[in-house]
Amino acid sequence: MTSGEASPLLEFRQVNTHYGAVHILKDVDLSIYPGELVCLLGGNASGKTTTLKTLLGMVIPTSGEVLLNGEVVNGKPTSFRVENGVTMVPENRRLFKRLSVRENLELGAYLRNDRDGIEADMERVFGLFPRVKERIGQKAGTLSGGEQQMVAIGRALMSRPTVLLMDEPSMGLAPALVQQNFELIQQINDDGMTVFMVEQNANMALSIADRGWVLQSGAVVLDDTAEALLANPEMRAAYLGDDRAD
Amino acid sequence: MTATLAPSGSSVALDWRRALLWGGICALSLVSVSLIGLPVGMNKRILIEPVLSLGYLFLLWIPLVFGYVATTVVVLEGVEARKSGVADLLAGLTAGLMGGIGLTLLMVGLDTVNIRKPLVNWSPQLFRLLTFERGLEFGIPVWLGICAGLGLVGAVLHQLPAVARRVMSWVLFGVMAVAILEAVIDDLAEGFHLEWLTDALYYKKGGTEGLTVTSAVVLALVLAALPVVTGGRVKAAVDHYRDAPSEDRRRTSLVLFGAIAVACVGLPMILGGIVNELLANVGLFLLLALGLNIVVGLAGLLDLGYVAFFAVGGYTTSVLTSSNSPFFAPEWHFGIALLFVVVMAAVAGLLIGAPVIRMRGDYLAIVTLGFGEIVRLLFLSDWLKPYFGGSQGITKVNPVDIGPFKVQGSDPRSVFYLVLFFCALAIYVSWRLQGSRLGRAWMATREDEQVAEAMGINTVNAKLMAFVVGATMAAFSGAVLAAKVGSVFPKSFEILVSIIILVVVIVGGMGNIAGVMVGSLVLIGILGGPRQPGLLQEFQSYKLLIYGALLVFMMLKRPEGLVPSARRSRELHQDEYLQDAWLGDEAETEGDQGAPS
Repeated sequence: MTSGEASPLLEFRQVNTHYGAVHILKDVDLSIYPGELVCLLGGNASGKTTTLKTLLGMVIPTSGEVLLNGEVVNGKPTSFRVENGVTMVPENRRLFKRLSVRENLELGAYLRNDRDGIEADMERVFGLFPRVKERIGQKAGTLSGGEQQMVAIGRALMSRPTVLLMDEPSMGLAPALVQQNFELIQQINDDGMTVFMVEQNANMALSIADRGWVLQSGAVVLDDTAEALLANPEMRAAYLGDDRAD
Repeated sequence: MTATLAPSGSSVALDWRRALLWGGICALSLVSVSLIGLPVGMNKRILIEPVLSLGYLFLLWIPLVFGYVATTVVVLEGVEARKSGVADLLAGLTAGLMGGIGLTLLMVGLDTVNIRKPLVNWSPQLFRLLTFERGLEFGIPVWLGICAGLGLVGAVLHQLPAVARRVMSWVLFGVMAVAILEAVIDDLAEGFHLEWLTDALYYKKGGTEGLTVTSAVVLALVLAALPVVTGGRVKAAVDHYRDAPSEDRRRTSLVLFGAIAVACVGLPMILGGIVNELLANVGLFLLLALGLNIVVGLAGLLDLGYVAFFAVGGYTTSVLTSSNSPFFAPEWHFGIALLFVVVMAAVAGLLIGAPVIRMRGDYLAIVTLGFGEIVRLLFLSDWLKPYFGGSQGITKVNPVDIGPFKVQGSDPRSVFYLVLFFCALAIYVSWRLQGSRLGRAWMATREDEQVAEAMGINTVNAKLMAFVVGATMAAFSGAVLAAKVGSVFPKSFEILVSIIILVVVIVGGMGNIAGVMVGSLVLIGILGGPRQPGLLQEFQSYKLLIYGALLVFMMLKRPEGLVPSARRSRELHQDEYLQDAWLGDEAETEGDQGAPS
């Protein structure tokens, strides 16, 4: 699971973004290697979600380069990136609430044309989450929070991604479910999926991640392994809370 | 709760507050219906000669309905329902009686003061109608009696066994429908050479004169006998259909669809002019509604300027096929003009769609509303008068020449077939689109645009496509209108058209083809379009009122529309308890330890 000598799957080189005139991301450098589980930490309005949107091409950087598999993809649309293995699980799950679970999963595979492959992947999702199969015909909005999380992850897996972007996976879930959710993310990563998650819950995220970055007001202020970040006194004071239980 | 549950169920205390509340609303309804002018306006339309006119019917059904509503027992799951008893009869009586009191006050008012200046219908005619031309001392006791009696009947309905209630309402609605639809039934009877039947049914003394008392009674008996004969087999069949596995249901749907198709093709041959004209109008608006259904129902774009595309289609056809077009009159064949209609519609769809595509919800609605008016005003303007004739429009649009047939307004049957062709096309296209990738992209965009984008859907393209497809259908409708009427005027493309089509889509059932079909049939067929008379021509001046009332009622009581798609009805009624589900979510997920493995 180490980065080794492989070239990065996803990379930011000195990326800057603006919303109107407002400067959001400031010279951000990131690199995500195949098979890694990495996290981006930071408080509110630090630019975490913007980073994800820039990776997906929903926000176009004003300067700098976004690389996917070593290729500059700045001008490429979201569909290109999804086709090439980048998928996001949005914050708060954001399922298509009034569509059925099946339709939600099918929309995850929107850009794919291989009917058989889609069926097979759907079976794979059912294997991962038997609960989802039971709920297949139901409106996504009627599921419980935990089930919605399963469908959200399933929907993302339906595009057959190589890297999974997760926006605040712990947001809006009951504590027991947060734990369960992180175990799930780790399991998916163990199965070979590269995972890039954005989190406020630094403790939880670092406990499963290999590496992490800390974003503050749009700039990367810390970049280190998870263990080092957990031990970093600055980090502990600002994000982890010094009276950490474990 | 204060109400005590007596074992016998007959001595439950009367809920005065509720009875009085409904009574008050009943009185208010009676007075406002009177002052709107419905009774006087409809009094000439006799339903049963000589006892009942449509005008009186408008007053009579009110206390009946309120008597029924005031005594409806709310059944709560897990709570033993209150048994209805004598107290309920009293409540119904009270509600009705209060309605009578409302009318009494109105009559006294009519007799003593004259406020006809603001209230046009505060008229002597209304007074004469209410008092049966026999003065207050006759009118007051009679109305008090009638209203109280009907309120009581409404309450009694609850006491009857369900079967009796069903038969009664069936008979009542049946007789009234036969009476009200006299013109159509006449027309139909002629087509089937059944004049002897209508001669027996109706009073027939020139024009529409309603049923005779005898025929009404016979009809009621026949209708009452029908449920006994069929023995609930119809209902059983419907239930069976509903519970059938999807495979069977699809087969049944296909058979049903085939039957409707055959009827559509065959029936107009035997139908008379009136019904064909009506059906042609229904088709014209169905075509519009199907297009709007894609824009609003599937893609979730609230377009209030939809009439613009209708106008573009109408004007394109007129310019290209009329001999009287002001600046350019190639007098092409309708078929060739259609190609240009498609192109112009697509261009218009893109032109109007592109600038507004990034807007959401209410902003989109307002801006499209503006565009709709702009298009009409452009056609009306002096600036474009040399091209489109201003308020005089373009006349002498050539009839459509299809081999041996000619489609023109004077032959409603031919128009109907032309419309039928386009509707069939639009239904097929809508149906295919719904299940297609594009259809899914529309639904996803409607649900959550950002997430749809993150899935790789090009939402801008999807929305533009919705505009273009919708615009094309509307433009076809406009083309048929031009051929049918033989001319186009800016007046035919008022904002009202957009609104009425939207109401058709909403009332029928948004996002659902069958719903849209039923919606157009019911609203356009029965009530009439913005400028087209419907089946109930008497309602002409009250059409918008009824449209509005219907819309409010549907939004409150049946937001999924007349024919909900299975999906919509589920989702709308889920919304009602979703909140609770959400509140209970925490607790549920807490105990939700079944870890995914």
